[in-house]
Amino acid sequence: MNSNLERIYNGIIKENPVLVLMLGMCPTLAVTSSAMNGLGMGLSTTIVLVFANLLVSAFRKVIPDGVRMPAYIVIVASLVTIVEFLMKAYTPSLTDSLGVYIPLIVVNCIILGRAESYASKSPVVPSIFDGVGMGLGFTIGLTMIGLIREILGAGQIFGVQVLSLEWFTPITIFVMAPGAFLVMAFLVAGMNVVREKMEKKGTPLAEPAGCVTGGCGGCSHECSCGEEESSVKKNEEGDSNL
Amino acid sequence: MSDLYHVSSSPHVRTQDTTGRMMIYVILALLPASGFGIYNFGVRALVLMLVTIASCVASEWIFNKIVHKKQTINDLSAVVTGLLLALNLPVTLPIWQAVLGGAFAIIIVKCIFGGLGQNFMNPALGARCFLLIAFAANMTNFATDAYSGPTPLAAMRGGETVNSMNMLLGFTSGTIGETSVIAILVGAIFMILMGIIDLRIPASYILSFVIFILLFGGHGADWDYVTAQLCGGGLMLGAFFMATDYVTSPITPVGQIVFGICCGVLTGIFRCFGANAEGVSFAIILSNLLTPMIEKYTVPRAFGVVKEKVKEGGK
Repeated sequence: MNSNLERIYNGIIKENPVLVLMLGMCPTLAVTSSAMNGLGMGLSTTIVLVFANLLVSAFRKVIPDGVRMPAYIVIVASLVTIVEFLMKAYTPSLTDSLGVYIPLIVVNCIILGRAESYASKSPVVPSIFDGVGMGLGFTIGLTMIGLIREILGAGQIFGVQVLSLEWFTPITIFVMAPGAFLVMAFLVAGMNVVREKMEKKGTPLAEPAGCVTGGCGGCSHECSCGEEESSVKKNEEGDSNL
Repeated sequence: MSDLYHVSSSPHVRTQDTTGRMMIYVILALLPASGFGIYNFGVRALVLMLVTIASCVASEWIFNKIVHKKQTINDLSAVVTGLLLALNLPVTLPIWQAVLGGAFAIIIVKCIFGGLGQNFMNPALGARCFLLIAFAANMTNFATDAYSGPTPLAAMRGGETVNSMNMLLGFTSGTIGETSVIAILVGAIFMILMGIIDLRIPASYILSFVIFILLFGGHGADWDYVTAQLCGGGLMLGAFFMATDYVTSPITPVGQIVFGICCGVLTGIFRCFGANAEGVSFAIILSNLLTPMIEKYTVPRAFGVVKEKVKEGGK
């Protein structure tokens, strides 16, 4: 498989940030009360992720190791600010419903995690594709959660009433916080079934390394590229800074 | 071979009690409350009970079928869950919501965590709280042909006086099984006499609740108010039938008392300061979540074991 396509496949299926790596849980659970919110959050994160990967990868030889975390934060924060202003200008209603979670993209695990574990060691083009893949994986995960919650909790899809309120009583718990956890859990379970079946078929899927220890940035170093141990250690040091 | 020579590892003393038999006792103990519910609210109460029981049993059967587990519906615990759930629902609840509640209780609260014995909270109460949040309007619609006013608890919250005698007998509005204190107590005494439950949890629950109401209820030592608080809502049903659930309450004697106090204080907090007039179900499921921690800190000293002294001198 083309290595760039492989990055996208990796982001969407193999290491889906929401359903496999469990990264970025905060926006995942908080803003997915409707499909539109999920999609908006996912896409804005994707944009930041792609450009963050691009810049981090481009400057990877210039940034000194000791201050790489602050450097990444500066890059990500600038991008998030740009995205936030653009969204305020062009999608004010979405900005209102996403609220504080747009500025919080700065500290999203996925972005710093990909910068640390992939972009900082890879050439520019694969890094961009990695960003696209991870971003799409995030978007798909969020939109799916949002879709299910919206249809069960309000009978709507993207704001359009599909289940008539004449006979359908919205199960409002699904647009509240507990619903996010319930839907999330079922999607993760479903994803595990899919992955299990794929593994049986012979598609080896590496276990995400960082999840067991709860580390954020170190999540995908096992699969992304064969690094030496020193960089793994570096990753873990980096985690404590997150 | 004679029984005298039967050599085996412990336990040496066995009883005839099985899970199924215990559940039959619980069902028998619930009959007075269920019967009164049907008498008080009409045939629809019976229909709701049958629906939730069927939903619970069917959910368990289907779940076990799908995941290829041994069928466990014969232990009757799903029937108890279904019946308890029905007793916790208002009689006007739409049927499909009751079905959903039963499925939620069994599949999400019980089976997914490993079946009976592994559930982290009382399935019936978990489902009740799910329904309460999901269908707030339907779950608090207590208006029936017989009763149009608010529940006694809601009335008291509004500053009205209530008739404690009617509450004791059960001629008030409310969920199907919670209204009649007498019917619940008959069942509770039966369970205590049969050794199914002991008094630690219910007694500490009710006592701590009374003390809380006396201190923070805002009515001082007004015994009418305290009696009405005790007889109103799901307190009695909760204290005797829900809080005493084996799986989700501590097994250590001290732990059971601590658990009862947790339930009592939380119920008091919810009733006095919460947004709703009733808080028994939330109090019990929250205490359910504390159970592992309570058990951890109240492990009794094993016979003959000397308590390890903490090393002195620091470090």
